[in-house]
Amino acid sequence: MDLNFTAEEDAFRAEVRQFLKDNLSDEIVAKMRGMEELTKEDLESWHATLQSRNWLAAGWPVEHGGPGWNATQRHIFDEECCAANAPRIVPFGLGMLGPVLLKFGTEEQKAEILPRILDGSDWWCQGYSEPGAGSDLASLKTKAERDGDDYIINGQKTWTTLGQHANKIFCLVRTSSEGKPQEGISFVLVDLDTPGIEMRPIRLLEGGYEVNEVFFTDVRVPVANRVGEENEGWTIAKYLLTHERTNIAGVGASTQALAELKMLAAKVSRKGKPLSTDPIFMAKVAETEIDLEAMRITNLRMLSADATGREAGTVSSMLKIKGTVIRQAINDLARRALGPAACPFPSEEVIGNLAVAPPEAARNAADYFNNRKLSIFGGSNEIQRNIITKNLFGA
Amino acid sequence: MDFTHTEDRRMISDSLRRYLADQYGIEHRNQAAYEAPFHDASKWAELAELGILGALVSEEQGGFGGDGFDIAVVFEELGRGLCPEPMLGNLLALRLYAALGQSERVDAIVAGTARAAVAVHETDAFVDLDEIQITANGSGDSVTLTGRKSVVYGGNSADHILVVAKNASGLGLYEIAPGDAEVMGYAMIDGGGAAEVILENTQATTLSEDARGIIEAALDAGRLALCAEAVGIMDVLRDTVKDYLLQRQQFGRPIALFQALQHRLVDFSIEIEQARSIVILAASKLDAEDRALHIARAKNLIGRAGKLVAEEAIQMHGGIGMTWEYGASHYAKRLIMIDAQLGDTEDQLRTSMELAAA
Repeated sequence: MDLNFTAEEDAFRAEVRQFLKDNLSDEIVAKMRGMEELTKEDLESWHATLQSRNWLAAGWPVEHGGPGWNATQRHIFDEECCAANAPRIVPFGLGMLGPVLLKFGTEEQKAEILPRILDGSDWWCQGYSEPGAGSDLASLKTKAERDGDDYIINGQKTWTTLGQHANKIFCLVRTSSEGKPQEGISFVLVDLDTPGIEMRPIRLLEGGYEVNEVFFTDVRVPVANRVGEENEGWTIAKYLLTHERTNIAGVGASTQALAELKMLAAKVSRKGKPLSTDPIFMAKVAETEIDLEAMRITNLRMLSADATGREAGTVSSMLKIKGTVIRQAINDLARRALGPAACPFPSEEVIGNLAVAPPEAARNAADYFNNRKLSIFGGSNEIQRNIITKNLFGA
Repeated sequence: MDFTHTEDRRMISDSLRRYLADQYGIEHRNQAAYEAPFHDASKWAELAELGILGALVSEEQGGFGGDGFDIAVVFEELGRGLCPEPMLGNLLALRLYAALGQSERVDAIVAGTARAAVAVHETDAFVDLDEIQITANGSGDSVTLTGRKSVVYGGNSADHILVVAKNASGLGLYEIAPGDAEVMGYAMIDGGGAAEVILENTQATTLSEDARGIIEAALDAGRLALCAEAVGIMDVLRDTVKDYLLQRQQFGRPIALFQALQHRLVDFSIEIEQARSIVILAASKLDAEDRALHIARAKNLIGRAGKLVAEEAIQMHGGIGMTWEYGASHYAKRLIMIDAQLGDTEDQLRTSMELAAA
């Protein structure tokens, strides 16, 4: 056992920290701390900054433009990015489609698509869930019928995150109704400019707009846009859901959120004293911190086991459940720390002009409500428990 | 023992439930709740006509109710209908005006012709009355107030604002005309209006120079109201979750057939019954000597149960529970934010511990 990072890993951390210090603008840091929505330009510009250092596609191998990091390096990179309040890397192209193409794509697909993800030419979004196919994803109904060298796609996708910024979508579609539902699914890449596609915003409970419904009416897509074999898309879907697990626990983000919470607790008062001296509130903060500390080690343990190939599904499901529960607990405490100052709807007027709460905390209640999504999306925590159960009993 | 409400209370409860169901559907509610003035003034007048405001004060004070159970039945229905009207602020004001024998104000509020709000919180005194900094300047008829009162519930739509401020003898209660201060209204995240009230040498009428006792009693009435509102909301969420589990099909069957979900619905239903019980107890104690302890206990339990019910209701709905369009998400938001008003779970725990030890 040795829980220390190596000298090389420490040096790498210092290098990342310096880069972030030199390249992250105060404006973006303020937006991140205040949980303000980043614009498309903010995100694209941060991607370009990372790409200028070759650090954008953290999980990709060197020959395709990635830095070729191991799991520990990626973990360090994530920790430092979160601690510096850097924007999150938009995962759909870089973390999802990229790894899928690397594993299942043809050489032509890799050569054409991967560079366009790296240089920001394409913004990908995800077409997985449907109104009737959420947890039971395999029951999806969006149909792709062969017509010569094309598929004709009809149906509806939903919960498409940041689809409003995207020009491309990767979709799971039904290409066969024979056999088990899982056996008739294909993975198809679609240009959002194709006639017959309509994207409609879904407003979330806290008032924000980040997800969409996507409607397909006789959308014609070349068969060459399919990734992998016809009717074998489920394998890809499963791969995607378990592959990107380095950051699934969100340890870096939770660590930063906890640090913000403690700063806030020192700033606001209860009974004439800083909330940070109140044992009742701080006991809850301490418990959450203990959970997070254990999670940090669990995450590192799982990452190092990665090399020897442990049960990937169980591990990523565990990390997802525990990581989201911890993050939501921090959100809950951050909202509570404000007392009634959490009540105002966080409009520009309320935050900028009235400053009812400290500006960096004005969206704490909205963020709490928004982050209820964490235990729902990407396979709800109930579905993660089903996966662990199956693995546990070998079913 | 008898746990049934009187005929009068059942009548007001039934008529309020019917009125809100018919007149205040979720779409209209969301429009009114988030657009200035963050409520619907015509509905306010109709609610007054129904006698909702009169139920909040006693007969000798100009109403026809005023007991803990009167407040509880009204607010439980306001919760069930997710009503965004500024009832909390007006309840606090009514209780204070009534306690001071200000019958003209009481009559106007009960009749629905005037609205009022109570400015208690300050940015560094959100919970504890001892921390209030704003101090009345002068005495008798010529009093001025300077400072900022924060998150004044219903302050944006009030005709009169009662300001809690320090003075030589403790805490006083002063009335200002909103036009004499800077009142900046906004929507709350769960709908309904509040305001920041900026006072600068604002002329005020002294209502009482020694008002601590009636302020504490009014705030406890407000806490009881919030607890009862939460119970109404929780009932709706339980029914909505149950209906959704029966209707939503995944894996070829209604998800209500999954035991993992059944047990969670049962667990939060048990908490709702606990919540209902402690609100009944608190309502029965509103005029008792140990009122403060029972109110604090109730609001602590409500805070814990409310968080469980709201979070589980969203989670068991999945993505749809995260959307603005789906009514249950607004109920869940209100239920969570009730905890932040007039002292949250931890504040009530502190109070409960102090009072139980005393």
